Amino acid sequence: MTLLILAFEFFKAGLFAIGGGLATLPYLMEMAVNHPTWFSIDELMNMIAVSESTPGPIGVNMSSYVGYHVAGLPGAVIATFSLVLPAYLSILIVVRILDRFRTNRRISGGLEGLRPAVTGLIAAAGYSVLSSSLFRVIGGVTQFQWLAFLLFLCFFTVMQLRPLQKVHPLLYIAFGAVLGVVLQL
Amino acid sequence: MKEYLDLFVSFMLIGTMTFGGGYAMLPMLTREVVDKHHWATKEQLLDYFAIGQCTPGVIAVNTATFIGYRRRGAMGAAIATLGVVLPSLVIIVVIAMFLSNFMEIEWIAHAFAGVRIAVCALIAVTVVKLFRQSADTRLKVCIAAVAFTSVALIGLSPIYVTIAFAVFGALFYGRRQQV
Repeated sequence: MTLLILAFEFFKAGLFAIGGGLATLPYLMEMAVNHPTWFSIDELMNMIAVSESTPGPIGVNMSSYVGYHVAGLPGAVIATFSLVLPAYLSILIVVRILDRFRTNRRISGGLEGLRPAVTGLIAAAGYSVLSSSLFRVIGGVTQFQWLAFLLFLCFFTVMQLRPLQKVHPLLYIAFGAVLGVVLQL
Repeated sequence: MKEYLDLFVSFMLIGTMTFGGGYAMLPMLTREVVDKHHWATKEQLLDYFAIGQCTPGVIAVNTATFIGYRRRGAMGAAIATLGVVLPSLVIIVVIAMFLSNFMEIEWIAHAFAGVRIAVCALIAVTVVKLFRQSADTRLKVCIAAVAFTSVALIGLSPIYVTIAFAVFGALFYGRRQQV
């Protein structure tokens, strides 16, 4: 029975969380209120911290975590797949519509206007990750992380170098992890 | 059969290496989907992102479904989606099973801090490239700037920005193409 409710709640979250990232958060908050035996708001905050700093889309991480917390491994599997299902179905529908109207001038015009906008949105997402890395609140005082900023500039410059443009992003990420430990970021 | 396997492996890699929100996956996605497998062009990838932005669900998952469907229909979509989700599921369940205070382990926190900076730089490089490609007129530079400002500095939801510029594009660029 718990699994069924879990499936329903996460299907709902997947259906209404539009825009990715932390869009699932309000629905998780609601779950904490409606199902007090599942998890508390405090526990939810810990889950967010782990989800944000481990690989994978945050929404998916969160549902795996919450599902596991509520009903073990089956809970994790069911919550995750319920979250993904509405996305899967809606894309299948959208692709068909898009294919039918590909030559429609309004739709291609809309996409033309969207491309620079999405570039701006991606920049905004990068900016928010960057500012959370550069400004850290320690004991109530916001400190600028010079070392982190320097490292960012180094990475950015190195990545632009022509011979290094073909380097797989994975290598940079692994290198970042090593530097993080060595430099005690 | 081989393409199913390629889809699964590629999206598993992308799922493993996405830190933060869906946009953080763009550098990995570009590498695997555009450069390596030629499943989509950079412009198509941006379109998928825009559509993922205004359809239900997590953007990373929407994009995986989209590319999977384009290559191999509903089955390809299911396999790509499974690939992008599986690493999260495994990693999170392992963490939840063995570590109750994962982020309090000092060296792990340091490693993740380093990873985040590398990811930021990857995103910055991607944005520079995309900007050169997609903002080829003065108006489009303005669109990018307005989108950035309204989300990063004003805190507007990206959904509204996406919808607004889709409508704007349909009216403005759609009208121009009629001639």
